[in-house]
Amino acid sequence: MTDTATATTRFGAVATTQAQTATPEPDEAPPRERSPDEEPERARELVFNLSDVEIAYSGVTAVTGVNLDIAANEISAFIGPSGCGKTTVLRSLNRMHDITPGAEVRGSITYHGEDLYASKVDPAEVRRRIGMVFQKPNPFPKSVYDNVAYGPRINGAKRSEISDIVEKALTQAALWDEVDGKLRKSALALSGGQQQRLCIARCLAVEPDVILMDEPCSALDPIATARIEDLMDELKNVYTIVIVTHNMQQAARVSDRTAFFTAEVDDNGQRHGRLIEYDVTETMFTHPSDPRTEGYITGRFG
Amino acid sequence: MSATPMSLTQSARKGRRELKNVVATTLIVSSFVVALIPLTLIVVYVFQRGASILSWSFLTEDLPFSNRREGGGIYPAIIGTLVITGAATAMAVPLGILGGIYLNEYGGPGVFARIVRFLADVMTGVPSIVMGLFIYTIWVLPRKQSGLSGFAGALALGCLMLPIVIRTTEEILKLVPDELREGSYALGTRKAQTIRRVVFPSAAPGIISGALLGIARVAGETAPLLFTIGVVSVANFNVFEGANTALPPQIYTNANTFGGFDAAQDRAWGMALALILIVFLFTLIARIFTTIYTRRSTAV
Repeated sequence: MTDTATATTRFGAVATTQAQTATPEPDEAPPRERSPDEEPERARELVFNLSDVEIAYSGVTAVTGVNLDIAANEISAFIGPSGCGKTTVLRSLNRMHDITPGAEVRGSITYHGEDLYASKVDPAEVRRRIGMVFQKPNPFPKSVYDNVAYGPRINGAKRSEISDIVEKALTQAALWDEVDGKLRKSALALSGGQQQRLCIARCLAVEPDVILMDEPCSALDPIATARIEDLMDELKNVYTIVIVTHNMQQAARVSDRTAFFTAEVDDNGQRHGRLIEYDVTETMFTHPSDPRTEGYITGRFG
Repeated sequence: MSATPMSLTQSARKGRRELKNVVATTLIVSSFVVALIPLTLIVVYVFQRGASILSWSFLTEDLPFSNRREGGGIYPAIIGTLVITGAATAMAVPLGILGGIYLNEYGGPGVFARIVRFLADVMTGVPSIVMGLFIYTIWVLPRKQSGLSGFAGALALGCLMLPIVIRTTEEILKLVPDELREGSYALGTRKAQTIRRVVFPSAAPGIISGALLGIARVAGETAPLLFTIGVVSVANFNVFEGANTALPPQIYTNANTFGGFDAAQDRAWGMALALILIVFLFTLIARIFTTIYTRRSTAV
């Protein structure tokens, strides 16, 4: 409890100061936290540190002024109205923007203290460690088995290990019981909710460190959504999860921390996404420090 | 406001809408029939004229020494068509598929890709006889008599096929949803692996259909073969050496033999029918192949 409370004030402070000036606050924490053994008293091991991140598509700024820390084994949720840049920020965390022509990421994003955008960093290796689940279930037009085995095969897993990996991943994704005996069938024959869990299993099979989820439940019914939320709660023991969601209740239910983004029009009439507030979820939903967060959460806009 | 009684059977402006429907349906059906008429006529007529001459010996015997003689078969021409088209396919299809992959996956909107795309489009429009002349000039002439070979013909046909295969491959690859590519990248795969293991397999049935269109298009080409493969009356299985022959040029020369040489005319009809059947067979085999392939990868 005390831990959470200190963290709260720290992040509350970051969120408020960021609007005025770039303070030394963001620089203070991350670099020394690489090894948790050195400082056992620190409970939060930082995975990502974003400072002054700005992302532009073909020169047009989509989102700007993003400063936040994401800690290991936590679920962080990004919420906000459409077009506020939450997905854009999410995709910058595993260098997915590299394959979008014209996309440009400025500012600094570190992953376990290492600059994610350093020129010697291999984006394929980044994505192997930082997996992603997309808004629309996108299983490959292959069998259920081949979908899950795809990642391990590419990453050079031995033939003999693969069936174990597949079973483990499908079990972790709470899909094994439903597809056992149907592994050779096409993944496209599964229901939408099953396909999304298959995509999660596919992601787990490469044993990533972080899982990014881009509105993973938006195409699913409440029952499938509940299953995936339960799943996230279990997965956070092993993985760090960042989720983008349109659904505020979902953010409130599953996340430890919530970042609220919104879109604002600047002096030149350009519309940019902006991070407004980032805090412990409970605080965000009960005592938001920014009136815009409160307005969104209580349904006054958005 | 009182509720107006509504009828579910009589909607507003019913007459007009129904009239439009009738007119449109009639137009569509009749244009389909009109389009079908020449097709059916050709097939029926070729069958009528060709079927009477088609026999086992016609298919397996050597060509007569002169078109003005009776008898003989078309075996060398069938073999020639198969090996020449086969060699053209072996050269143009892999190259064309790789070219299409380059254009869609690597080149994109870049300048070089735009130039290649433009040239491929121009090449599609080049008349086939020009392609034949081109190969005649750069390949056959420098080699004199030994230049006339199945390979020279295959080069000309390959040049005709290449742009078709490139452009259809590119169009099919465009249809592969980006979500699949992203899904693959998100697992830490590289571009080449993604193309080879996700993008290409998803597009394979369409790409095969495209290649097939190319093959069917060139299998019936006459002009590029006229001055590239020479003439021979016995079967030549070697594409690289010696003159060869093929069905289309044989149809051309036999049909051109006028003046009471009915045997030549009949032979031309027989060969026309054989050619149609061969192309039909190709198409059928490829369709079956793609159906099985698609069913296997998207099976329920």
